[in-house]
Amino acid sequence: MIRPEPVQHVKHRRDLALKTLVDAVPYAGFLGIEFERHGDELTAVLRYDDKLIGNPALPAIHGGVIASFLEVAAIIELSWAMLWDALESGELRPEDMAENLPRLPKTIDFSVDYLRTGLPRDAYARARVNRSGRRYASVHVEAWQDNRTRLFAQATGHFVMPQSADE
Amino acid sequence: MTEISAQDFINALPFARALGMTLEALGDGRAQISMPWDARFVGDPATGVIHGGAVSALMDTCGGAAVLSYPDATTTATIDLRIDYMRAATPGQRITARAECYHVTRRVAFVRATAHDDDSANPVATATGAFTFDRKAHP
Repeated sequence: MIRPEPVQHVKHRRDLALKTLVDAVPYAGFLGIEFERHGDELTAVLRYDDKLIGNPALPAIHGGVIASFLEVAAIIELSWAMLWDALESGELRPEDMAENLPRLPKTIDFSVDYLRTGLPRDAYARARVNRSGRRYASVHVEAWQDNRTRLFAQATGHFVMPQSADE
Repeated sequence: MTEISAQDFINALPFARALGMTLEALGDGRAQISMPWDARFVGDPATGVIHGGAVSALMDTCGGAAVLSYPDATTTATIDLRIDYMRAATPGQRITARAECYHVTRRVAFVRATAHDDDSANPVATATGAFTFDRKAHP
């Protein structure tokens, strides 16, 4: 019988891979977006900052920040889902990722539904890959602030999957 | 809206200022706003291309400005916005968005927008959106 891999090795491998993936996107850092992970489930977190305001009179988070947050959440989720099997099988070593970053999916279109005003506080988002083929993917994202069931924005995006170098 | 200076409009929006936006034209339901290339706004480090979300923020700001420049408009908010990304914006070049508020009802403004870099003949992205529309009360 093969002994299961020690839990700290599993966590270290997954957390390092996720950190390498997210740190490689400068715009995610500029906005202050972080990712929390439970198993393979990701939650994107947008830390509130005054520069994210669009309407100072309310005040409300800029619609462009919300669209950006959802698109970052969708691209990271899709990339994460794409890498997961190779990461778990040991085919992809997270230590090698920084030197040889995975190519990211490219957005074809992105449609955002603004449901409520973005309040000046942290926001959360989770993306779901509804379809992922060899070439195209469709991803839905939901974002909330205080209550998980009261979404303040949602979006659907379509993406072209990165092709391997020989294609 | 048209009475205030163009840059006052941008300066009043912290996130538009954070992205370094410049308002170049505004009036009668149309707006033109540009944004510089900046390493902090990059989405894909392998290519140096600006993140789609930053282009989206530019389109949204430009769409909102176009609505506010419509005669009698007071406030606006985005209801929905869809962006089609035609091609990667060339790293190092400014991105310029032009938005037009082409129809308004009592409560809704319909907007379309395009964004381009130095190659103005080939858009980087196009967008369509619906915005809330509030008018000045005429007693």
